[in-house]
Amino acid sequence: MNLTLKIWRQKDSKAKGQMVEYKVTDISEHMSFLEMMDVLNEGLVAKGEEPVAFDHDCREGICGMCSLQINGEAHGPDRGITTCQLHMRMFNDGDTIVIEPWRAAAFPVIKDLIVDRTAFERIQQAGGYISINTSGNTQDANAIPISKEAADKAMDAATCIGCGACVAACKNASAMLFTSAKVSQFALLPQGRVEATERVMNMVKQMDLEGFGNCTNTGACEIECPKGISLENIARMNREYLAASLAKS
Amino acid sequence: MAILDSKVPEGPIKDKWTTYKDKINLVNPANKRHIDIIVVGTGLAGGSAAATLAELGYNVKAFAYQDSPRRAHSIAAQGGINAAKNYMGDGDSNYRLFYDTVKGGDYRSREANVYRLAEVSGNIIDQCVAQGVPFARDYGGLLDNRSFGGVLVSRTFYAKGQTGQQLLLGAYSAMNRQIARGKIDMYNRHEMLDVVVVNGSARGIIARNLITGEIERHSAHAVVIATGGYGNVYFLSTNAMGSNATAAWKIHKKGAFFANPCFTQIHPTCIPRTGDYQSKLTLMSESLRNDGRIWVPAKLDDAKALQEGRLKPTQIAEEDRDYYLERRYPAFGNLVPRDVASRAAKERCDAGYGVNATGEAVYLDFSSAIERYGKEQAKIHNIKSPSAAKVYELGKAIVEAKYGNLFQMYEKIVDENPYETPMMIYPATHYTMGGVWVDYNLMTTVPGLYCIGEANFSDHGANRLGASALMQGLADGYFVLPYTIGDYLSNEIRTGKIPTDSPEFDEAEKSVKDRIDFFVNNEGTNSVDYYHKKLGKIMWEKCGMSRNEKGLKEAIAEIKALRDEFWKEVKVPGGADELNPELEKAGRVADFLELGELFAMDALNRNESCGGHFREESVELDGEQKGEAKRNDTEYAYVSAWEFKGEPSDAVLHKEQLEFKDIELKQRSYK
Ligand code: FES
Repeated sequence: MNLTLKIWRQKDSKAKGQMVEYKVTDISEHMSFLEMMDVLNEGLVAKGEEPVAFDHDCREGICGMCSLQINGEAHGPDRGITTCQLHMRMFNDGDTIVIEPWRAAAFPVIKDLIVDRTAFERIQQAGGYISINTSGNTQDANAIPISKEAADKAMDAATCIGCGACVAACKNASAMLFTSAKVSQFALLPQGRVEATERVMNMVKQMDLEGFGNCTNTGACEIECPKGISLENIARMNREYLAASLAKS
Repeated sequence: MAILDSKVPEGPIKDKWTTYKDKINLVNPANKRHIDIIVVGTGLAGGSAAATLAELGYNVKAFAYQDSPRRAHSIAAQGGINAAKNYMGDGDSNYRLFYDTVKGGDYRSREANVYRLAEVSGNIIDQCVAQGVPFARDYGGLLDNRSFGGVLVSRTFYAKGQTGQQLLLGAYSAMNRQIARGKIDMYNRHEMLDVVVVNGSARGIIARNLITGEIERHSAHAVVIATGGYGNVYFLSTNAMGSNATAAWKIHKKGAFFANPCFTQIHPTCIPRTGDYQSKLTLMSESLRNDGRIWVPAKLDDAKALQEGRLKPTQIAEEDRDYYLERRYPAFGNLVPRDVASRAAKERCDAGYGVNATGEAVYLDFSSAIERYGKEQAKIHNIKSPSAAKVYELGKAIVEAKYGNLFQMYEKIVDENPYETPMMIYPATHYTMGGVWVDYNLMTTVPGLYCIGEANFSDHGANRLGASALMQGLADGYFVLPYTIGDYLSNEIRTGKIPTDSPEFDEAEKSVKDRIDFFVNNEGTNSVDYYHKKLGKIMWEKCGMSRNEKGLKEAIAEIKALRDEFWKEVKVPGGADELNPELEKAGRVADFLELGELFAMDALNRNESCGGHFREESVELDGEQKGEAKRNDTEYAYVSAWEFKGEPSDAVLHKEQLEFKDIELKQRSYK
């Protein structure tokens, strides 16, 4: 198929960006979206032009590196997948595809389609861990039984890949789904309970400091999340936060 | 032997590690804060090492080329992690895990290292659970285990099909705690481009800030390389796009010996390639072989019809199918080790029996499993003479519960429903057992320079067993290196801060800058990928699943010629002082173009078939094993450790003779 691409180009974080139009031809429906981008870039390199910079690494939907707003949707039109797993069979010959970086004040553009997601790092550093030494001198792994239900729920929350689609999808650019996934994972496990109060307070505080917006329960994040992280986690974090605030006051 | 001292402690294998730990020199806690350590790569090995070293009190600087340590490719490991906990009470023990690993590695690993790995495996699970890693549990709330990769016990812990992800996020959280405490300085989007050696010891690195292009000097008392394997030398592999060998190769050029480069693992269950635009290959968990049956058509005409799209697999009658693994290996059937399964698939496809348009695919069929489970379920639920549809429905539910996420992933990529049409699979490069040579302390041949995880030549010998990569990465990082490095650093407490204005730093920085300048200024004609793809083709065809003298010699000449052309004709758009992915790739491919040649030389030297390395000249000539791989312990029971001497072709081979005192050497047989 032949396609028209409208892509956001921006030289660096300080430069002004703009949409630039490109044509690609002979795209196979079996290609992944990023392979289509490779074809575009290979063509640009051949012409001596600078290729379009975009983030990617594993190309199998697990590292969370890829991040494109495609026709206005985070990770494109398909559901439950990342951009690298999106295939061209989702598009038709002659389509125009608009490709932009994640849009959020807390995710400044670094170049073209690449944004800076280190705000997520700082939220994790604020409390996304259990303060246990890594010396190995801990108790036996089976010393504390954990119900299968709790373990499975913790696992579901823990599958977040930190891509930022939730923020990009949210009209308020809120990071609640991301933050709540980590808070939930640890809140559900006995090992995580010990520091639950501090954790939720600190992570939420950092989230606000980074300039992410508020949650107004539109649920757009859950829809666009490639890993199906559920809104339940936000509810759980709100409960945790309330309980922590009460405990503190 | 004078140069290659493995430093394996004396004494019985069971006591070596304990005695060693009792005797090594320690660094006083108050002195640790005067000591700096650089960790390059923050996957399972690097992340766990960085966190632990920081916790011990050292000042750690950690480097990752991605925007976060959480993106390292350890995250993609699906299946699980082995540990000799014996929770299942099925007779597992440290010895058994040790034995399986050495045997699985076809007796090309160092006994003492492997025993230590087995010994600390249980600690890893304790550690991870304490960190909040949500492993799968049974209804009683205890940890669940499964059997994996054809071993006889259930010792694999798992977190759905995302074990690597959960373990990495565990190590990442431990890192975050230390970053918050100010004990780790994290350098995201940075790439190490050289190591700095001062008076024979590693004293720092040169790194490029990938956002600004700035070249930075970082000094330390010790440097740890944890940058993973070199599978991308094949261009197509299951590795991430950015996975590269640059750090490992740079330290090789500065004096670290490179061991067994020809030992690579080609994984049998990957989704086949569909066209020339293909950028990477996707692995499907090996666990699929527990229930899937592998076949190709028995008749060439049928294969041809499949390739041309005139026939569907479901139209081929049972008697016209060749379940070649079951036919050739009745004892192990579809569960033969990875290398055996991969070669058998290649053999059938080379003979023309491949089942897709490229002729490079075989079927992995779940219809028998669905039927078997369906009948079982009908019995359990007391359904008398169930209809075929009912059996299918019941069986499908079981298969879905076990492999649902994998089936879904397959369907997204291939656009076919694997419950109805058999899956197509083909082998792909997945893991590299070879790597930087290290001694028992995980130190390379350069003092103060360590190498851990997949980047070292590792504990897996010539073939790695399933669910062992995660185990080794975390063992190295959490439990081995933090001890061994202390022994070295105990001599560094009076050294003081390492200056970065020495001539050695000047020189290393200059060579890095010169190379970058060359790339951005060269008026070439071909893209970096053009060369990478060509290299990959040579590697896959001549250094792939099956190797012979003629092909290897051709590969050596072809890679050299390709490298010469690369340095004349490569074209890198963009500048040096900006984010420039093409420039990053250029440096990595330049290194692959050297490593590939050494790889082929190593494969040529090793005229035996062992593990993932199959030499067509070394097969059993008769008897039951006719045509199968033949190991040669008399001549090749050694680690090949190559010393760099200016050009890959000048490399000098050093041999570390392997001694097997606790295990009897046997030829593998899966018949
Ligand atoms: S590239 Fe890793 S999730 Fe898309």
